Amino acid sequence: MPAAVPAVSTRSLTVAVIGNPNTGKSTIFTALTGMHSLIGNYPGVTVEKKIGNFRHQQQDVRLVDLPGTYSLSPRSLDEMVSVEVLLGRQAEVGRIDAVICIADASNLERNLYLVSQVLDLGLPTVLILNMWDVAQSRGITIDVEKLSQTLGIPVIPCEAHRHRQIDAVKDAVLSVAGKAGVESPRVFPAVFYEEGKQLGSQLQEWGEPDVPFYVTERLLLDVGGQIESSFAARFSTRLTEALAAARERLKASGFRVPAAEAKARYAWSRQVLTGIMVVPQQQQVTSSDHLDRWLTHKVFGLAAFVLIMFVVFQSISTLAAPVMQLCEAGQQIVGDWVSSLMSPGPFRSLLVDGVIGGVGGILVFLPQICFLFFFIALLEDCGYMARAAFLMDKLMTKVGLSGKSFVPLMSSFACAIPGIMATRTIENRRDRMVTILVAPLMSCSARFPVYTLMIAAFFPDMAWAGGWITLRGVLIFVMTFFGAFVAIPVAWLLKKTMFRGETPPFVMELPSYKWPSVHIVLLRVYESARAFVIRAGTLIFATSILIWAASYFPGDHTELNRLQEQVDETKVSLNTEISEKAELEKQKSKLSEKGSAPELAAIEQKLAAVESKLEPLEALITTKNAMSEHLLETSYLGRFGKTIEPAVKPLGWDWRIGVGVLASFPAREVIVSTLGTIYSLGGDVDEADSGLQNALRESKWPDNRPVYSIPVAISIMVFFALCAQCVSTLMVIRRETNSWGWPLFTFTYMTVLAYIGAFLAYRLFAFLL
Amino acid sequence: MHTLNDLRQAGQRGLIVDVTGDDAVSVRLMEMGLTEGADIELIGFAPLGDPAEFRIRGYRLSLRKAEASRVTIELL
Repeated sequence: MPAAVPAVSTRSLTVAVIGNPNTGKSTIFTALTGMHSLIGNYPGVTVEKKIGNFRHQQQDVRLVDLPGTYSLSPRSLDEMVSVEVLLGRQAEVGRIDAVICIADASNLERNLYLVSQVLDLGLPTVLILNMWDVAQSRGITIDVEKLSQTLGIPVIPCEAHRHRQIDAVKDAVLSVAGKAGVESPRVFPAVFYEEGKQLGSQLQEWGEPDVPFYVTERLLLDVGGQIESSFAARFSTRLTEALAAARERLKASGFRVPAAEAKARYAWSRQVLTGIMVVPQQQQVTSSDHLDRWLTHKVFGLAAFVLIMFVVFQSISTLAAPVMQLCEAGQQIVGDWVSSLMSPGPFRSLLVDGVIGGVGGILVFLPQICFLFFFIALLEDCGYMARAAFLMDKLMTKVGLSGKSFVPLMSSFACAIPGIMATRTIENRRDRMVTILVAPLMSCSARFPVYTLMIAAFFPDMAWAGGWITLRGVLIFVMTFFGAFVAIPVAWLLKKTMFRGETPPFVMELPSYKWPSVHIVLLRVYESARAFVIRAGTLIFATSILIWAASYFPGDHTELNRLQEQVDETKVSLNTEISEKAELEKQKSKLSEKGSAPELAAIEQKLAAVESKLEPLEALITTKNAMSEHLLETSYLGRFGKTIEPAVKPLGWDWRIGVGVLASFPAREVIVSTLGTIYSLGGDVDEADSGLQNALRESKWPDNRPVYSIPVAISIMVFFALCAQCVSTLMVIRRETNSWGWPLFTFTYMTVLAYIGAFLAYRLFAFLL
Repeated sequence: MHTLNDLRQAGQRGLIVDVTGDDAVSVRLMEMGLTEGADIELIGFAPLGDPAEFRIRGYRLSLRKAEASRVTIELL
């Protein structure tokens, strides 16, 4: 136990915030500190480190938010972080001057379990009874004064979502911080404390002085717990034997570890609350109970679930799509603007293709992340997320996961990045890891350009059932669910091998429904967006630059730059003709819908005249594109593509497709523009470009066989369905798992899977067709 | 001996006798308040039959049948 030091007002105080999940802990944290908090990771674990500041009565206070937990008995390294922080043994946080413990006033009996453990730490403590209004609406009365006396700490009823009593909390924190710590309530029989003392002196004998009381307590109580494991490395079997003997002695005197702890703490909780808390005899049926009956109903519950999911994901795609297009258009405008300012050269290419392209590639994901997190935060804050997990659990257990994995995986259909970020709600590490590792197999929106291009170029436009079912539509549908289908055995296999262990329990609190707090929801959106841009963004950006450099160097671009300048100049001089052509084409497409033959013919005549004027420009562009194809072919990337051609040949690919796949490492959809560059169309093509579709169909092997066929198209689609060609996803996995190993593993297993899948698909369809 | 799985109708109640096993799952169940003498009530089942929802110590808790089978109760 750290010695109590008198408060020095010149020093900033460090205060830890702890509490059960669903107690409104983050609401209180933001109410105390405001928007600005420092977010990071503790070294070696996946726990988020969140630190905020406030100043009250000329005293600076640093607030450390600890993850929500039901108990302080660490069973894993992740859970160990909170204990280390509270004991002042976490180097990055330092000594703790006080603890704010947050409890749900409407559920105090269970919340006091954690409170009793926090009191055992012996730190100056303040207890907040949050959701005071909920407790009152249920007819629960709590004598705050008496509770404060019994526990020997300040107790403050609070309604954080209405910002009530926040100053009282600050006052209370300052009144206790740095003062003497609280007395342990000593919930166990005397014989236990005797054993604790003995263990302490034993450890001192072994050269481990000043072991805090809480640590000896946990060593005795947690059979095979994390603290024991961390000590075991130093004391080998000595400690294990001593602990086993001590537990045996405790058992003989009627204190059976581990069951005795919960029994003793809950008995204490009951005893403390006797005469302090009065719960109405007749359970009041609240509106939350009524709502819950419908939302977990056999028929209506499932229907409501499907409806809510549909609305959420539909609105994500409809709301995010225009903003994403705006991002892309903005990127185009900025790129064009920079191009117009500079003469062609490596620096302009770096800026436009590398920097602006790289930043655009990051920003384009932001709308989806923001919208998804908006809905996730909304559903979580109002209490529905726990119900979604409750409803879907049975289904998810079939693949060895739990209901909590459903929403992150479902989100990954839009984009794996917010999906992976959403796995933070899964507390079991194994489940969370498996969910993270299979999330990139869900078909994200970046795969659509690839599917659309291949399907439009190589599959006939067949339709059945009066146009309701089309071959292309069916193929898109099949490709969309192909990844999810493959994810089932992958998840199962991961659970059977790398993440083996007993099925984690599904012991989940179903919190009462409440109105979501706008502030908290928006804060969650802001935090996830910021985390993505700052921490994943920089790496995505660096990779984009790297791929740009590999495709740009070492070729001599002077000739290409000269051609580009000519193109630019010609474009300026033919500006009127270009806009005239665009205008005529617009009219033409309008007319061809209505179908007035003579008018159409007139327009076409005009169009032909304009086009003939534009012919020199077209010729220049063709030469330029041929030049850029040649440069790409001789670039490092192109040379590498040629080197690996033997490796991709079994998949039915030539070096061009190989280069396309390599260059699309930063993002899958890049393959479309890379293929555009390779097939001399320039990079500005999209998946609906008929020129690119034709170029693909006409592409030949040296012996004049066509490169592309239906089996090759399928092989490419299968590859992109299963591969991990998305730097952003890999960087987010790195961020969330706090290690380079997992993104590397994900990339390797998915690439192997994609290769095998593409190979089998190619062979199978080459045999069938 | 009855377990939590013997509660079949919403509103049926029991008194907890014990949680069998000393592993992490049992400890977790006890930490959540499933200790000797606690009153527990079945609220209902998820649409697919599992997990079930209970009321204990004034809050709602969801448990799978696999975990519920560890909890021995006395029917009320």
